[in-house]
Amino acid sequence: MKVVLDHLTKRFPNRNRKIKTEVVAVDDFTFEIPDGKLVGLLGPSGCGKSTTLNLICGLEKPTSGRIYFGDDDVTNLPPELRGVGMVFQNYALYPHLTVLENILFPLENLKGDKRLSKEAMRSRALEAAHLVQIDALLERRPAQMSGGQQQRVAIARALVKMPRVLLLDEPLSNLDARLRLQTREEIRRIQRETGITTVFVTHDQEEAMSISDVIVVMEKGVLQQIGKPQSVYDDPTNLFVAKFLGTPPIDVFNGEIRGGLLYLGKDAVLPVAGYREGKVTVGIRPEGFVPDEKGPLCCRLVGVEVMGRDTSVVAAHPALTTNTMRAIVDTDSGVDPNALEVRFSLKSRKVCLFDAETGARLYAPTV
Amino acid sequence: MKQNNLKGWLYLLPAIAFLGLFMVYPLVDVLVYSFEEGYNFASQTDMGTGLYNYSYVLHDPYFMQAVKNTFILVIITVPLSTGFALVISLALSSIKKLRDAFQTIYFLPYVTNTLAVGLVFMVLFKRTDYTEGMVNLLINWFGGESVDFIDGPYWAKMFVMCFYTIWVVLPFKILILTSALASVNPDYYKVAQVDATPRWRVFTRITLPMISPMLFYLIITGFIGAFKAYSDEVALFGTNLNAAGMNTIVGYVYDMLYGDSGGYPSYAAAAALILFAIVLTITVINLLVSNRRVKI
Repeated sequence: MKVVLDHLTKRFPNRNRKIKTEVVAVDDFTFEIPDGKLVGLLGPSGCGKSTTLNLICGLEKPTSGRIYFGDDDVTNLPPELRGVGMVFQNYALYPHLTVLENILFPLENLKGDKRLSKEAMRSRALEAAHLVQIDALLERRPAQMSGGQQQRVAIARALVKMPRVLLLDEPLSNLDARLRLQTREEIRRIQRETGITTVFVTHDQEEAMSISDVIVVMEKGVLQQIGKPQSVYDDPTNLFVAKFLGTPPIDVFNGEIRGGLLYLGKDAVLPVAGYREGKVTVGIRPEGFVPDEKGPLCCRLVGVEVMGRDTSVVAAHPALTTNTMRAIVDTDSGVDPNALEVRFSLKSRKVCLFDAETGARLYAPTV
Repeated sequence: MKQNNLKGWLYLLPAIAFLGLFMVYPLVDVLVYSFEEGYNFASQTDMGTGLYNYSYVLHDPYFMQAVKNTFILVIITVPLSTGFALVISLALSSIKKLRDAFQTIYFLPYVTNTLAVGLVFMVLFKRTDYTEGMVNLLINWFGGESVDFIDGPYWAKMFVMCFYTIWVVLPFKILILTSALASVNPDYYKVAQVDATPRWRVFTRITLPMISPMLFYLIITGFIGAFKAYSDEVALFGTNLNAAGMNTIVGYVYDMLYGDSGGYPSYAAAAALILFAIVLTITVINLLVSNRRVKI
């Protein structure tokens, strides 16, 4: 089921009653979630991603704008009539019911034509349990299971009534690091097998990048960028998106364009044709640095960290906006850990220019 | 190790001394009294040991009346007050406006003196030379006959008794249940809403199980409290409860000790132990039931 958000806005009254201003949690969102895709809503805490999810779910009513599932306008429908499945951050499994009873719960609510026979309910529940691989735990209670297992039960409970859209609120944040890796693969697999349009919320960019078909980056209620993870990473529309995606994060410099050359401090690092002259903010991905004895970018070497697969070079440069930068280079690139200086040349593909004032991306003129 | 043990006991000594002196010793003494026949306070003498005290108490029509009153009180007030408290708490937690105001109003009886409340009930129910009492005026208004609630028929007095007891115990139960309801994670209700759960089912399958530990706590303490009823009766019907036919077991024990016909510690002790046996039995049954039902 395709999900379309059309100029969706949600304002909350300020919690402090003395202040009459409203908080804009979601500001004029318009985007389309294609049918059968896994979409990650990504942003820092308080950016309105959970509110967006609640709006899609129907737990919150939008201040203005419309929501469509396929061609149905569901803006004014309560959640129970939208046909959504929701998994909460804390799973919200009923603690006094067994796993099987928890999964059966939504089916037992169905009325009229949709009501299934006892056997049909049971077989549907078993099917859902099998899908998330908890067949052996059906008689357990939530307290007797690990976080990852509870997560699976919650997904099974959301899937059992065959929702049109599956919503997951911070599905991995309550799990430890190892389980998180495992569970995100699991979510990907379940989504592929069922083909249900799935939206999940996360503040962890790695999580969003690794499993989403499409990521939606938000900040302060404003949509920043939508796209395939790789294209958002390679081609961020502004400095916020560039900084938010990627580990280690992008290295940011204060630069200047003079005479068709990009200067970082005193170093003229790249020829840049056609841009307006003046100050710019420069973002360079850590993998965009190539150690090169004759390279134009001259940095003070702070340290070399061998990661095994590649090497992380920590260095300092006067034009940096942070104290140090990090470059990821090949292990055999021969950076001497005892040297005082290290020189880099840059891969131009990994360099992004941003407006020094607004942070908006500056694009090379297409000639 | 041994020295450590000694130290531990030393620390416990003050508490043990106090509890021993004021709790354990009297309890044991009550047991002893209850088996000493014809014990005399003044001369500190008895006429032998045996079960006569129990036999006397169990054959005393006043005691049987007290047992009957107490049981009626317990059976009527505990379920009703818990039920009312649940309904009121549910209503309180479902409103937003004026919730604090209502909560305060419902809690007021808790901080009001029992005797003051008794006085208010007098105004409501007691017939005086000048007025029939408010409730009777209401009954007359609807064309009914006046009823003497304080000195009249048994059922009328029992009605006032139960009404009063329920009213007095409600605030505490409402307080406990509203906080129990508030502590249920709202996500459960959101999930239930997304899953299109009917309201009644939300209540029976989610809310009730979630607050069941508190509910059972209230039922158990409610039973124990109602079995120990006494001061409320005095506030309503005066000190001569036997004459009013509204005595309770604790009232009977008190009368046997200090009442006009008192001075019989042995009978009082026997009656107290019978009450203890009853409360113990009911509580054990309660716990057995709740262990099977309360699953959280």
